[in-house]
Amino acid sequence: MRTIDVAEVTAVVAELCKKANFELGEDVLAAFKKALEDELSLTGKDILQQLIENARIAREEEVPMCQDTGFAVVFLEVGQEVHFTGGDLYAAVNEGVRRGYTEGYLRKSIVGHPFRRQNTGDNTPAVIHTRIVPGDRVKITVAPKGGGSENMSALRMLKPAEGEEGVKRFVLEVVKNAGPNPCPPLVVGVGIGGTMEKAALLAKEALLRPLGEPHPDEDVARLERELLESINRLGIGPQGLGGRVTALAVHVEVFPCHIASLPVAVNLNCHASRHKEALL
Amino acid sequence: MPQLRIFTPLTDEVVESLRIGQRVLLNGVIYTGRDAAHKKMVELLDKGEDLPIPLQGQVIYYVGPSPAKPGRVIGSAGPTTSGRMDAYAPRLIALGLKGMVGKGKRSPEVVEAMKKYKAVYFAAVGGAAALLARRVKSCRVVAYPELGPEAIHELVVEDLPVIVVNDVMGRDLYEEGVKIYAGQ
Ligand code: SF4
Repeated sequence: MRTIDVAEVTAVVAELCKKANFELGEDVLAAFKKALEDELSLTGKDILQQLIENARIAREEEVPMCQDTGFAVVFLEVGQEVHFTGGDLYAAVNEGVRRGYTEGYLRKSIVGHPFRRQNTGDNTPAVIHTRIVPGDRVKITVAPKGGGSENMSALRMLKPAEGEEGVKRFVLEVVKNAGPNPCPPLVVGVGIGGTMEKAALLAKEALLRPLGEPHPDEDVARLERELLESINRLGIGPQGLGGRVTALAVHVEVFPCHIASLPVAVNLNCHASRHKEALL
Repeated sequence: MPQLRIFTPLTDEVVESLRIGQRVLLNGVIYTGRDAAHKKMVELLDKGEDLPIPLQGQVIYYVGPSPAKPGRVIGSAGPTTSGRMDAYAPRLIALGLKGMVGKGKRSPEVVEAMKKYKAVYFAAVGGAAALLARRVKSCRVVAYPELGPEAIHELVVEDLPVIVVNDVMGRDLYEEGVKIYAGQ
């Protein structure tokens, strides 16, 4: 049994909220540079250059790369031999979000009720996903999610007979329909299988994988490659102004299905593909 | 590629010379505004009252910046989705507004108003908010301070990089640009 004070969790979450908003991942930067080579549109190239420069400024000056600093989505992987002390774990996570967004001068974008829509003033509550795993470590991932790209995400319960082709049609439909709104070039997370909510969570988790790292299952990896190719033939391009690079990567996660179901969720992420993690 | 530098207030001559796809560096005074501020302005017009900002030849930037760090002019300041302002924009264009900066498509009514009254819509790069903020040299609230980050701010910008998306000919880069590259 290992004991961890929740105050430690608060401090780590606060730090990750800031870091995720200031420092774009090296994998995303590398993808920008590759996109710059692949892109034919001059406007598209100019946009990619601006994004590279933007990431540099954000990192150096410790300012958010995008003014929409997102909903704080927090993934907790908790070792089953860990015992938390010092208070409520989720309250500690929310305190970390409050601190990170205040100290980091990040925008507070959360309203407390879907209809009354009063800003909570500190970007809480976070959306927290917890998984219990073997061991005595705790992995915390903070993935701020912007409204523009989240709004264009979608889920559909396909018929099993629609199969892989049906999945491809749906993913392309979502990306096409989204057009410029999710700030392409995109990272496309796809969750296939499970139940409705499982598919959605798989799609979100798919966004956390290092960019361009293929799925270990060769069939799934092939689907990722084919989807990326088809998406980049849509012509949407950087910022939707026309071009070759609509998506930087497509990541697919799969899960067993019910005999009657084929759920598919598509979670779009903008080029501000933000997530930072820490191990306690 | 040479970029065109233009200065506010925009003259009809400059506006009419702009074409979709053109990359432009915007200079001078511009105003910020999002849905809440637009709604208030249109309510004033309905009551026959004066607006808190001049419109003739002016440019409105659809932006809700992050809070400014101490000692900074403004926080990160990228464009927000313009569609939310579509219901209000034609009224302002009819009164002399010459430019809008945002991201995403405009409604047919807004495109029509731009054609009729000679105005343009520019896209700034969504998410390039730290870079765009650096081009803002001063910032002060000029109306609706109660709206916080959604108040109308007067900005002075230097070489704010934008792209012409809708011009006075009624053309639309979102549509035409995608057609060029579709299938490639
Ligand atoms: S979609 Fe992403 S990059 Fe675009 S404004 Fe929203 S958070 Fe920023």
